[in-house]
Amino acid sequence: MSTTKASRIGEELWKTRVDKINAELVTLTYGTIVAQLCQDYDSDYNEVNKQLDKMGYNIGMRLIEDFLAKSNVGRCANFRETADMIAKVGFKIFLNISPTVTNWTSDNNQFSLIFEENPLADFVELPDDGRAQDELWFSNIFCGVLRGALEMVQMQIEAHFVSDVLRGDDTTEMRVSLVRYIEDEMPPEEE
Amino acid sequence: MSTNDYLVLAGTFHGVHAITRTITPRIPVPSPPSSTSTTSYAFPNPGIPATGLEYLETEKFRLTCFQTLTGTKFLLFTDPLTTNIDVVMRKVYELYADYVMKNPFYQLEMPVRCEAFDRHLGGWLRGRT
Repeated sequence: MSTTKASRIGEELWKTRVDKINAELVTLTYGTIVAQLCQDYDSDYNEVNKQLDKMGYNIGMRLIEDFLAKSNVGRCANFRETADMIAKVGFKIFLNISPTVTNWTSDNNQFSLIFEENPLADFVELPDDGRAQDELWFSNIFCGVLRGALEMVQMQIEAHFVSDVLRGDDTTEMRVSLVRYIEDEMPPEEE
Repeated sequence: MSTNDYLVLAGTFHGVHAITRTITPRIPVPSPPSSTSTTSYAFPNPGIPATGLEYLETEKFRLTCFQTLTGTKFLLFTDPLTTNIDVVMRKVYELYADYVMKNPFYQLEMPVRCEAFDRHLGGWLRGRT
């Protein structure tokens, strides 16, 4: 399936199948969660990153069913198709953004998502404590969501942010690596 | 049927489904002439993995299995003459995604006991007849 076809599917679903809500409600809700986590973990930002990833993972495992039920797409033939599907259909229908897929490694197992816009981070300025800028990945929940969702469709991946405009970087970039395809589990032994 | 009967049925079906998938015939893959005698086998279209049992039909009813890409299976029992089963299946899947998976208090992998799911599904089915 080509990139343009994925874009078309994403556009179509966004227009016809998705209920919309106020974007600021999402931004404010997510911001509150991150701020609360920072407070609860005493500004231990590594721990906050971990918690956000875990929350995302739990969301991803559930959200994938909604994605499949709504989009009615089949299995991707390779990881490149998967990447397009995530960027052009997944992010599109849930957040109305389409991050750019780029920086593939030659073995087609690793790519980057560049977020030109990020509704989670509107209005956000990281705390000025000299550490948040270096340690906190504000939108880390995305990494978990991808990990959870792809695990449910038999792909083990690793995802992390490598840069974020909130930290003063030029771009917001997430690196996604395919670890392995999970083979079908054997059926449980009959009693 | 009691809850236990459902679980037994689901368990049995799961086993049969797995068997039907593993017995899917494969065809020999032509190997390059240089290689030795070991022949490998594959499905005619390697991109599409083998599915298992999809229909089971008797005089009185038809059992349709719909497996999602995540491996979840839905079993639908209908009259053998019912048409548009795929439409019903898709709707069931959508309602499942909404009222089961998005219910934060539903625990994954546990039996589905979501009243809202039953209610919406019932309502939708009644609206069709």
